[in-house]
Amino acid sequence: MHMLEVKNIHKSYCKVEILKGVSFTMEKGETKVIIGPSGTGKSTLLRCINQLSPPDKGEVWLDGEEVTNPKTNINKIREKIGFVFQDFNLFNHLSALRNISIGLEKVKGIEKEEARKRALEELHRVGLDAQAQQYPAQLSGGQKQRVGIARALAMDPDIILFDEPTSALDPELIGDVLDVMKSLAGKVAMLVVTHEMGFARNVADEIIFMEGGVIVEQGPPKEMFTNAKLARTREFLGRIGALYGEEETGG
Amino acid sequence: MATDFGQFFLNSLPNLLNGLGYTLLLTFISIAVGFFLGIALALGRVYGNKIINGFCVGYIELIRGTPLLVQLFIIYFGLPSVGIIFSPLQAALIGLAINSGAYQAEYLRGSIQSVESGQMTAARSLGMNKLQSIRHVILPQALRISIPAWSNEFIYLLQYSSIAYIIQVTELTAEGKFIAAHTFRYLEVFAMIAVIYLVLTIVSTEIIDRIAKHLSIPGIGAAKRVSLRDI
Amino acid sequence: MGLETIVTSLPRLLDGLRVTIGLTVFAVCLGTILGLLLALGRSYGKRALSLFINLYEKIFRGIPLLVIIFIIYFGPSQIGFNLDPFSAAILSLGLRSAAYQAQIFRGSIESIPEGQISASYSLGMTKIKAIRYVILPQVLRLSIPGWSNEFTILLKDTSIAISIGVIELMRQGRYIYVREPDLALAIFLLIAFIYFLLVITTNKSLSYLEKKYRMAGYQTEAHR
Repeated sequence: MHMLEVKNIHKSYCKVEILKGVSFTMEKGETKVIIGPSGTGKSTLLRCINQLSPPDKGEVWLDGEEVTNPKTNINKIREKIGFVFQDFNLFNHLSALRNISIGLEKVKGIEKEEARKRALEELHRVGLDAQAQQYPAQLSGGQKQRVGIARALAMDPDIILFDEPTSALDPELIGDVLDVMKSLAGKVAMLVVTHEMGFARNVADEIIFMEGGVIVEQGPPKEMFTNAKLARTREFLGRIGALYGEEETGG
Repeated sequence: MATDFGQFFLNSLPNLLNGLGYTLLLTFISIAVGFFLGIALALGRVYGNKIINGFCVGYIELIRGTPLLVQLFIIYFGLPSVGIIFSPLQAALIGLAINSGAYQAEYLRGSIQSVESGQMTAARSLGMNKLQSIRHVILPQALRISIPAWSNEFIYLLQYSSIAYIIQVTELTAEGKFIAAHTFRYLEVFAMIAVIYLVLTIVSTEIIDRIAKHLSIPGIGAAKRVSLRDI
Repeated sequence: MGLETIVTSLPRLLDGLRVTIGLTVFAVCLGTILGLLLALGRSYGKRALSLFINLYEKIFRGIPLLVIIFIIYFGPSQIGFNLDPFSAAILSLGLRSAAYQAQIFRGSIESIPEGQISASYSLGMTKIKAIRYVILPQVLRLSIPGWSNEFTILLKDTSIAISIGVIELMRQGRYIYVREPDLALAIFLLIAFIYFLLVITTNKSLSYLEKKYRMAGYQTEAHR
């Protein structure tokens, strides 16, 4: 049994089919990176997995439970699927610390003091001990995103979905966030939509190349970067490598 | 029952129309007088020296900090004790205009201040004096920006002119009370009155909206609709 | 002699003041609770509910308070159900204020980015929990300026309750005026001063509250 199984997902918005049958699987502790041109439905796919936008057709299974079944308690499932947003979505009215502890308290029902302690540990893990009492508007973009990751991590999920976690950040802030993500590799499963080729090459166990609402090709980074089967994949990787400079991050 | 109500409505109509006339009179005169008062106060607040500014702030805060009804009572019941006597209608018109002036001043001040300072600088650099700059550059923009707030003020006056009833002006609500007291048909009468006010509110909002669209200039006014979303 | 009469009339004015404050507090509570429910219903409820609430707001914002008071006070008596003036006034003020407050709260709800809800859901919160712990705390903070404006409007509007015989501040003033017409100006200026103090105090305390609970770095534009 796979930890995560995505079967034949279809999703349309306003009669335009964004996802046209996407299937793949993930195992415990695995890191997979989804790449592809913008507008290919990569973010939509992530939102289908944790049902923020339920798919029109297809199934998602997590730990042998069908996520897409309407009878499933989706809130219980979402506790096990962390989500890191492109634009952070930190809770504006709560300090960094409270952003992390609120899920522990109100969803997991952990007692306040204990939740606080665990939140502090998570903040430490992402290197933000000093920022515990600051509010989102007082944090830099990179710090916000690390709080976002800590918030997801605190729930002790089986898998974390990253929706372009660094694309809203200034280039000099990207490194800190990628470092935190790299440090998680192997400890928790990660499914990452990103244009950071350095991260994809060095951290991912597998790269999934999507275009036009379907998976074009997938495989280990080495194979994909040096020896992709399809011309389209080679072309895309060549172009994006030139654009984003694959050497500069995560070396 | 239906014909009975129809007959009742027809019988009440002359009184209601008479009251409606006074309601509209109160609304239009006090919004117009209040408008000029408001412009003077707003300009005093933005461009006046310390003394003028202080006076304008005092006026605006005192009026906005007390109920309209108290203001009407001071004018209608209070002033006669020092020998100044007004008829109910005069007292109501004066009270509503003074009251509206303070509220309009605040809207207008906000609009004047939202016109970029560069506009004043540009006008002055053309050789206009301060008054000319205000008259030809600042106010034409500020007034457009304040149309939505001004529309709210109009509705406010339309509704609050009903308070003139309490000092015996025979406006719409007073006529309604008069009919109801004689026929004991409070529900029907006040339902009719309510519908009249609702229609007036909807129609005047629509008309002012049209005026705003007609006067709008790309980038100013209509697009900058003041809504509660801006809070 | 004049001053003496004013001093001896102070206890009566204080009685009236108590009633005025009572009207305000009860009506504000009614208006806030109902206003919040209306705003939530309109933003998160089914279409039919949302349409109904829209209609409610249009009606209560389109009719003068005085007419609402007359309908609520005299209307039921016509079908044999008597409401005392004090309750009728609170009900009228509260139902009307709810329509205005609903607009204030809805404005705040709509200004909260969609991502706040997505983020709550992604942590496993239910809709109710997301509203309770993430949306409402932000909505209430954002609404303080508008709400405090509404509070003072309501405070001033309680004076209209004089029209159905509630013995509040204005009516007490009028009783004194009827006995001592020569003192009319002094009495009503004194009453104006009392209202002014109430309004100023309310504004000051609420803007203190706003500062205290302001989300750090999160700009709110005060409308008053």
